[in-house]
Amino acid sequence: MDEHDLRKTARQIRLLDLETVYRAGAGHIGGEMSAIDILTTLYFHTLSIDPAQPDRADRDRFILSKGHTACALYVTLAVRGFLPEEELNTFLQPYSALNGHPNRVKVPGVETNTGCLGHGLPIAVGMAKAAKISGENWRVFVLCGDGELQEGSNWEAVMAAAHFKLDNLTLIVDNNRLQQGARVSDTNKLAPLGEKLSAFGWHSVDIDGHDISQIAHALDANQQQPGLPTCVVANTFKGQGISFMRDRVEWHHKVPDVAQYQQARIELEADLP
Amino acid sequence: MSLSPKLHDCRDAFVASLQREAAQNSNIVAVCNDSVGSSKLSGFATQWPERLINVGIAEQNMVGVGAGLANGGKVPFVCAASCFLTGRALEQIKADVAYSQANVKLCGISSGMAYGELGPTHHSIEDFAWLRVLPGIVIIAPADPTETQGAVEFAVQHEGPVFLRLSRVGVPDIFDSEHLFVPGKANILHEGDDLTIIANGTLTHRALDAARVLSGQGINARVLNMATVSPIDTDAIVAAARETGAILTCEEHSVHGGLGSCIAEVVVQNHPVPMKILGVPGIFAPTGSANFLLDEFGMSAEGIQAASRDLVARKGG
Repeated sequence: MDEHDLRKTARQIRLLDLETVYRAGAGHIGGEMSAIDILTTLYFHTLSIDPAQPDRADRDRFILSKGHTACALYVTLAVRGFLPEEELNTFLQPYSALNGHPNRVKVPGVETNTGCLGHGLPIAVGMAKAAKISGENWRVFVLCGDGELQEGSNWEAVMAAAHFKLDNLTLIVDNNRLQQGARVSDTNKLAPLGEKLSAFGWHSVDIDGHDISQIAHALDANQQQPGLPTCVVANTFKGQGISFMRDRVEWHHKVPDVAQYQQARIELEADLP
Repeated sequence: MSLSPKLHDCRDAFVASLQREAAQNSNIVAVCNDSVGSSKLSGFATQWPERLINVGIAEQNMVGVGAGLANGGKVPFVCAASCFLTGRALEQIKADVAYSQANVKLCGISSGMAYGELGPTHHSIEDFAWLRVLPGIVIIAPADPTETQGAVEFAVQHEGPVFLRLSRVGVPDIFDSEHLFVPGKANILHEGDDLTIIANGTLTHRALDAARVLSGQGINARVLNMATVSPIDTDAIVAAARETGAILTCEEHSVHGGLGSCIAEVVVQNHPVPMKILGVPGIFAPTGSANFLLDEFGMSAEGIQAASRDLVARKGG
C-alpha cells in the first residue's frame, strides 16, 4: 500500500472509530485519534501478519499497551480483515467480544489482554526474547502512551530490553503530551524522552507521528540497530483530525454529541481531497 | 523408639524434575529475579544458559516477560520468592497470566513462613488468598518430593497458568515413588470417621503425625492431603463432612482466604459441620523460624491433636 492509500485507510479508520464511539456512547476517542496513523502504518505496511492465520507462529507481534484505545485497534483489525466490520456494532454491548480493553481470548489478532497500564512493554520483552532464543526473525512492536510511561514497570522492561540486546523490539510512544487529567509535563514530566531511552541503551528516534512516511521509515527493519532495541517517539496530538478535539485534554474519554459528531465527520471526510 | 525421618527440601525435587522435563522439551525456559541461588537454578543455568532468563530484581517485568515468552511458544517457569512473586506482581499475574490465559508456570519458592526470622516482609501467607480468586490458575502446594515431582510434570503438560507453592522447610517422604499426582484430587492418607484433618504443603506430615497419636487416644481422624487448592476437590470435602461430621484444616497461610476458607465455602454450602481453621491467626508473625511459628500458632502435632479433640467434643454437643 502506498502512502496515499495508507492515508486514505487512516481516514477510513478514523471515521469508523468516531462512528463506533458515538454509537456506543463511550470510548477514548482523543487517544484513538492520536494513535490511528501509527496503527494504520503497522497493520497495512509494517507487520508481517495474516488475518487468515492470526496465530501463525512466525507472525510479527503487536501489543496495544494503551489498551483503553481498544476501539481504534478493533476498527483497524476489522478493516484489515481479522474480524467482520459489522462486529464493531457490538462494541461495549453486553457479551460483546469487543470490551473496553482488548481480550486475546475473544478477539483474533490481539496478543495479550491490556488495560492495566505499564504491562505491554514487559510482555513485549518476553516475546522478543522468545524469538531470540528460538533464532527466529519475527519482530515485536508495542505502542505505549506517553503518560503510561509513568508506570515503573516500563522502566524495568526498558533496562531488560537493553540488557538482552533485543534489536527485534520496537517501542512506539504515542507522545501526545496529554494524560487523562492534565498535560504530562504538569503531572510527572517525561521529557526528554528520547534522551532518556538513549541513556538506557536504546536506539531512539523522534518523528512526526501523523506523517505516514516518517512512521513507515522509522519502523522499517533496515532502521534497526544491531544489538539495540528501538524507541520511536511519535509526536502526536490527542484528537488529531478533528479541530475541536485536537490537543484538548477533555477529549481523553469525552463522547461527541450529535452536532459534534456531524462536525467531526465533515472534517474527517474533507481531510483527504 | 523410631528414628527421626529424613527431611527433604522440596526445592531439590522441583529443580531435578524441571531439569528432567527441560531435557525432553526445549521450549521449557526458566525466568527469575536474581534468584538463581534461592530457586536452585544454577544447574539449569549451567546446562541451558540461553534458556535461563534472569531479569534482575524486577518482579513486575519478570511476570510480564513470562507471559511474553509463553506467547512466543515457550513454557516459562517463573521462579521467585513467593512473597515477591505474588505480592509485587499481582496485577501482572491477574491481567497478563490469568485473564490472558497465558501458559505461564508461577513457582513461588520459600512460600509460607519459610523465611521465618526474616519477618513478615518475606513471609508469603497471603498467596493462596490472592491467587485463588483469579479464574483459571491451578494452585498446587505439594507435601513432599514425590508430590513436587508430580506437580512439575503436571505443570509442563497442562496448557495454562499454574502456581506451584513450594517451600524450603524440611518435610519427610509421604508418598512412595509410585504415587501418581492427580491435580484437583485430594488423597486420603489416614482413614477415620471421627473427624477429618485437611492439610497441604508443610502441614501434611504434621497432620498425619497428629492422627497417628489420636488413634491411640480413641479418636479416629481421616487425613486428607489437599495439594490442589484451585480447583478444590469438592467431592472429597463433602464426603469428609458427611462421613466424619467435623473438619479441621491446617495451613502455612493466614486463616483468612486460604485452604481453610476454601474448604469452609464448600462445607457451608453443601453439608455444614463444625470446623476449625488453623493457620496464621490474622497477625504479622513475630520473630521465629517457620517450624517455631507453626508450633506457636497451634500446628504442632500436639496442637493439632488438641484442636481435634475440641472439635470432636463440639460435634458431640
